[in-house]
Amino acid sequence: MSVHASWYLTLAALLFTIGAVGLLVRRNVLVMFMCIELMLNAANLTFVTFARALNDIGGQVAVFFVLVVAAAEVVVGLGIIVAIFRRKVGATADDAHLLKG
Amino acid sequence: MSAPAVLAAATIPDAVTFALAAVICVVGALGVVLMRNPVHSALALVMTLFGVAVLFVEQDAQFLAAVQVIVYTGAIVVLFLFVIMLLGVDRRERVLADTFRGQRVVALVLGLMVLAEVVLLARTRWTTGAHSVAGPLDGPGSNVAKLGRSIFTTYLIPFEVTSALLVVAVVGAVVLARRPGLGEPSGEAPDEADGASPVGPGASGPGAEAADAEAADAAGAGTAESTAGAGAAAGAGAAVTR
Repeated sequence: MSVHASWYLTLAALLFTIGAVGLLVRRNVLVMFMCIELMLNAANLTFVTFARALNDIGGQVAVFFVLVVAAAEVVVGLGIIVAIFRRKVGATADDAHLLKG
Repeated sequence: MSAPAVLAAATIPDAVTFALAAVICVVGALGVVLMRNPVHSALALVMTLFGVAVLFVEQDAQFLAAVQVIVYTGAIVVLFLFVIMLLGVDRRERVLADTFRGQRVVALVLGLMVLAEVVLLARTRWTTGAHSVAGPLDGPGSNVAKLGRSIFTTYLIPFEVTSALLVVAVVGAVVLARRPGLGEPSGEAPDEADGASPVGPGASGPGAEAADAEAADAAGAGTAESTAGAGAAAGAGAAVTR
């Protein structure tokens, strides 16, 4: 049989944490976006793990929809990034501070 | 966690596969966060995505593993690399420098709190064991057949809604990537960080803007990448006109 589900859940929690810390620490917008993808993948791993643990295919269906939404999110997000950085020189999040009072 | 399969001990190949894939995932994730060059971060992300795909196969999600490789590493990471190529690799970010005082420490503490919270929550049993309407995982048929039957019967309306979402995303990306049209105040300075654009600083005269907008309108029907590429070409045309 396969490895116990708690190991998978621990690994998913670790991946999510790495992604969250990376999102807080890094300032390159593209790398921050990749960290969001990391967190999405951790959630997907959790879904698949529970689908196996509970013997229910609903978790895999949820992962399917998460993949679709992630693709749409990446397309729009990268479009926004390109639109912002066509106007400004810098490529870090600190350079986009127009709302700062 | 009432299924007896979960409680059974793991065999040696499964345990080894899990350990290797887990190490690959964690190393790739750390690489995404710690690499200085965004291209290296994207390649480390590919590593993590492949590790997660292996874990999907290990848990009887063969279709999702294939989709993970095709969609994520085949499309999303390539899109990331395209955007990095368009914007230019920015090496000015110093990973070890704090913008705010103590930002790094606070981020680490918050991350550890999130980890502890998730692990503590996972130890308590939140699942009731009740089955959803989607169907069992170990029923008759292959994984693809079961997943497809569930998506196209039970989850048909959400599936159709995702198609609308994808159309909206494509239209939004095209609109976002367009340059401002003729007559609108563009007010954009040519960026020097973009290595593909040969436009020097101060090329925002009226003639340059007009040529710019014309070329952008001519390329308005393309996809996001081709429109952005045409934008760079329009910049080159503006420089020639001037």
